Amino acid sequence: MHVCTVTPISLTVGANRIVPAVAIPHPLGNPKLNPQEEFTLRKKLVEKALQALTTPVSEQHVFES
Amino acid sequence: MEAKRVVVYLNQFFGQIGGEDKADTPPQSVAKAVGPGVGLQANLPENCTIVGTIICGDGYFNENLEEASTAVRQMLEEFAPHVVVAGPAFNAGRYGMACGMVGKIAHELGIPAVSGMYPENPGVEAYRQYLYIIETGNSAAAMRSALPAMGKLAGKLANGEPIGPPAEEGYLSRGIRKNVFADKRGSERAIDLLLQKLKGEPFTTEYPIPHFDRVEPAAAISDLSQVTVAVVTSGGIVPKGNPDRIEASSASRYGKYSIAGLDTLTAEGFETAHGGYDPVYANQNPNRVVPVDALRELEKEGKIGRLFPYFYTTVGNGTSVANARKYAAEIAAELVNEGVQAVILTST
Repeated sequence: MHVCTVTPISLTVGANRIVPAVAIPHPLGNPKLNPQEEFTLRKKLVEKALQALTTPVSEQHVFES
Repeated sequence: MEAKRVVVYLNQFFGQIGGEDKADTPPQSVAKAVGPGVGLQANLPENCTIVGTIICGDGYFNENLEEASTAVRQMLEEFAPHVVVAGPAFNAGRYGMACGMVGKIAHELGIPAVSGMYPENPGVEAYRQYLYIIETGNSAAAMRSALPAMGKLAGKLANGEPIGPPAEEGYLSRGIRKNVFADKRGSERAIDLLLQKLKGEPFTTEYPIPHFDRVEPAAAISDLSQVTVAVVTSGGIVPKGNPDRIEASSASRYGKYSIAGLDTLTAEGFETAHGGYDPVYANQNPNRVVPVDALRELEKEGKIGRLFPYFYTTVGNGTSVANARKYAAEIAAELVNEGVQAVILTST
């Protein structure tokens, strides 16, 4: 599965399970948050990525929040 | 000839605002030609004048697609050009996607648009139906050859002149079929092509088979707590000092680095080698690209069976599709061999 910010590129290159990320230079983080909040955000995104891996898909799918 | 108005779209770099540190600049406009627009003006017919330039950071455009599109649409409505020229973006992916979207907005407003891109730019595949994309080299070194072709085509579009087929005008195929009269009927042309092919002579097909690089989705994993999960990234995270010298763009290799026993990726131990995005945030905290800290905690909680003790990394910045495919095949074969059943790919 693919975690990325520019999901149209991910769709173009053919990823099947796509989870939208935060921003291009920090896909799994947000420097505006304090470290604990940022870690929580990252862990949620990773859990979402893992959830995507356990979800059956028959074609390309973007797992929107 | 009646005077025609041209508007140019540029990113923050070519728009002379700044480098990656200014990639978050929202759309803005000036009522004159800037940067490559100056060279473009020299390649436009005499009745065509660049009346404005719209500039937006590549990061901002791609991360705020709706806001950026609304702002660009408004600026185009105000400038009311006869043609829009976006880029050229060469092989810069985010810039190409932005140029393509600008072409789509222009198309919706009934304004023709031209861009310039390297065939592997993702903007080509995503947006070519909305605008004419002149085929360029893969870097700004090709500016000199791109501008005359883009200027000529933009001039024709502004003046409502007929546009020839892709090979003649230098643009990438838009997948549009047009009826034309041929000298010979289809059966004769088909036999001619077949004979050329059998003799090993060069020939030009009349209908290229479209190439869709799609794979069947893998089956869903039923129980993650029994599974080894690996991370692979195109975000260029490497051990500090970049020991394998992975290039900042057009990477010729990938790296495999140990995270065994690490609870997190520290700024002292890791950094990014990627030259296509502002590296500040990834260097401050490499987990923002390769989330070792979060995965390690999920491993301890038993949500995943095990975090694979290595991550694979390359720089996805102008990297050729052929190279990317080669790295992917090697990495995938190793992961399968090691019994990894789930992979998280992260991209910047």
